[in-house]
Amino acid sequence: MDSVVFEDTDEDLRSWQTDRTWAPIATKIVVAGGFGVGKTTLVTAVSEITPLQTEALMTEASEETDDLTATPGKSTTTVAMDFGRITLDDDLVLYLFGTPGQQRFWFMWDDLVRGAIGAVVMADTRRLKDCFPALDYFESCGLPYVVAVNHFDGSERFEPEDVREALTIPAHIPVMIMDARRRISVIETLLSLVGHALDVTPE
Amino acid sequence: MSNAPRNRPQLPVRGGDRKPARVRPYSLTGGRTRFGHVLLVETFVAALEAPEERKELTNGSLSTKVMPELRAIVELCRRMRTVAEIAALLKMPLGVVRVLLSDLADQGKIRVYGTGTGHGTGRPDRALLERVLSGLRRL
Repeated sequence: MDSVVFEDTDEDLRSWQTDRTWAPIATKIVVAGGFGVGKTTLVTAVSEITPLQTEALMTEASEETDDLTATPGKSTTTVAMDFGRITLDDDLVLYLFGTPGQQRFWFMWDDLVRGAIGAVVMADTRRLKDCFPALDYFESCGLPYVVAVNHFDGSERFEPEDVREALTIPAHIPVMIMDARRRISVIETLLSLVGHALDVTPE
Repeated sequence: MSNAPRNRPQLPVRGGDRKPARVRPYSLTGGRTRFGHVLLVETFVAALEAPEERKELTNGSLSTKVMPELRAIVELCRRMRTVAEIAALLKMPLGVVRVLLSDLADQGKIRVYGTGTGHGTGRPDRALLERVLSGLRRL
């Protein structure tokens, strides 16, 4: 690698980016869900930068091995993750990380959820099962989450309570029927997550 | 609602065919450099030297010459950057970028900033969540 090229996509520079003597507070929200559920759409709808994509090279358990306590067969794979940014204040920046929802990428999430406010679990009612692994994972690690049902044009519209029942999630966890393309709808979803995180964080 | 007859498609129920829930036996080892810097995806880093002072980056003997990847990172770090941003802009896997950033931090070429959210579990505290809420409401 003789030369490393990079493109800088920053359109408009924030004050915190140019001053290297102090860093703003960085916080993050994880956006999870199955393939094609709208994670990147959601991130794009609110991000102040064109979402960037980063790749993690990882060793994955073989398909058949569901129980990772056993020594699994391994292979190497690359997983892409999209992220966007929202500057909330001069000294406060929120990152949104869209991450693949498949069970076999759990080890990636462990790193990602550290320090996170919580997760938005995106669901598509036509393929509801795709979000089950994400729910299982966030429940097991105790990360606050909300369910965002991304309503696709022409798909059956379900009530939040129907979805809650199918997902067997407790009453205090918000279920939003939303549209990932709409900025307002995404902001409402983020607000409900942060509000929920606040509710479950001790005084 | 659940008793109402439906003509429309039923949603599959989570846990219908569930094996017992399990927590993965995963221990967190990644993300920490030799000197204890924590490099999460959202961790900020910035170059310590002024952008002009690049002599030691370019004039070193062969053995001490900084790799192009390292130089590219230092260049990027003229601005405040996150770990994920560097990986994305340089099109390098996150894990590799973490290793290189650790080296640069250990050599005193870049500074790793705390995220401002981590004590103990690293879960954001109420004060921070309140700030994020009001920030989102202003959007």
